Amino acid sequence: MTTAPQPETAHPPTHVLTVLGAGVMGVGITALALGHGLPVHLVDIDRAGLARARDRVAGELRLAQLLGALPPGTAPGRLTTGTTPGPAARATAVIEAITEDAELKARLLAEVSALVRPGTPLITNTSSIPVDELAGAVRRPAELVGTHFMNPPYLIRTAEVIRGPRTGNPAMAAVAALLAALRREAVVVRDAPGFVTSRILHPMINDAARVVEQGTATAEQVDALMRGCLGHPTGPLRTADLIGLDNLVDSLWVLHQRTGDEGCRPCDLLLRLVREGHHGRKSGSGFYDYRWDDHIPVGAGNQKEN
Amino acid sequence: MTNQHSPLTEPLAEPDTVVSELLDFLAGQTRSPWSPETDLFRDGGLSSLFAMQLVVHLETRYGIAIRGADLRLDNFRTVQLMSALVRRLQQARADGRDG
Repeated sequence: MTTAPQPETAHPPTHVLTVLGAGVMGVGITALALGHGLPVHLVDIDRAGLARARDRVAGELRLAQLLGALPPGTAPGRLTTGTTPGPAARATAVIEAITEDAELKARLLAEVSALVRPGTPLITNTSSIPVDELAGAVRRPAELVGTHFMNPPYLIRTAEVIRGPRTGNPAMAAVAALLAALRREAVVVRDAPGFVTSRILHPMINDAARVVEQGTATAEQVDALMRGCLGHPTGPLRTADLIGLDNLVDSLWVLHQRTGDEGCRPCDLLLRLVREGHHGRKSGSGFYDYRWDDHIPVGAGNQKEN
Repeated sequence: MTNQHSPLTEPLAEPDTVVSELLDFLAGQTRSPWSPETDLFRDGGLSSLFAMQLVVHLETRYGIAIRGADLRLDNFRTVQLMSALVRRLQQARADGRDG
């Protein structure tokens, strides 16, 4: 359904996206854009992964529709996929959402910046890598902007937007227009390791894991207290499972290396879970088990009425 | 195309049967008993993401395709509502109005 050809129109669409990376965020951002009628070319070097990504995008679109997160009466945009970023030459914006690794991001952004038309904003989606660390790699640093979409992007209306010291006004305006087309509310902040949300949330999750590691409380108890007493919507450890514990550890290292804050050094429990393959919801287990009762909150049986 | 996922031999399910099957399914998934009128999300504490599992379950179990305006959370709030949806889509398919 997402691949059905769109009727030919006299005018080319206003926004034509290229999304780099078919991981959790790349797929979520793609679904957000398609659901708002924007065409997307999704790129990943893993051909088998791309085939699965099509199904995952279709599933995310259905979920978004089920939850009323898409504008009614909007025909989904056309999805194309490929293993090379060549089609970025026709894009009006490129969103890079690959692994949270500054070197890999810099290399790919350098390649893509040589392909795109001048004036095309290059958007690096990251939870913690400062935009300016990547700006030196691209041809026109003024065109590089950071975003930090939350997961899933179509359910969370606010997106953190990061203006690097070299980012220009036209790129900021282009990103604002794109986010408006996606019905996201942008909060623009300055460049720093972890920006705002990760700088606050990730050390807090690290502390939550440390509390569990030290035996003070179980993961369920930590989340129950953070939800019930402090109004956190899901609890930090369930949030960690949604982020992906591997991504979280990567991000904590980025923060630790760049801020020197020992509170950002990933605790042993996080490192052990990642080492043992418990990467959170996407892998079937993390602080919680998702293998057979996916999406069912622990303790649901205590909350319902019969 | 619209029937490609449907087991063609699937007879129309009786509403009572659908209700009791769904109650069993929910009990198995959540390890807790449920009643047909409970709002699974507002009162039941189930994550709205769980609704997607219900969609897939209904489609595969009852040979229906849930799409368009039917794909909205309000159709999945209670076992009663899901049973009504199954009945309507099965009836539409039997009448050749699918799609």
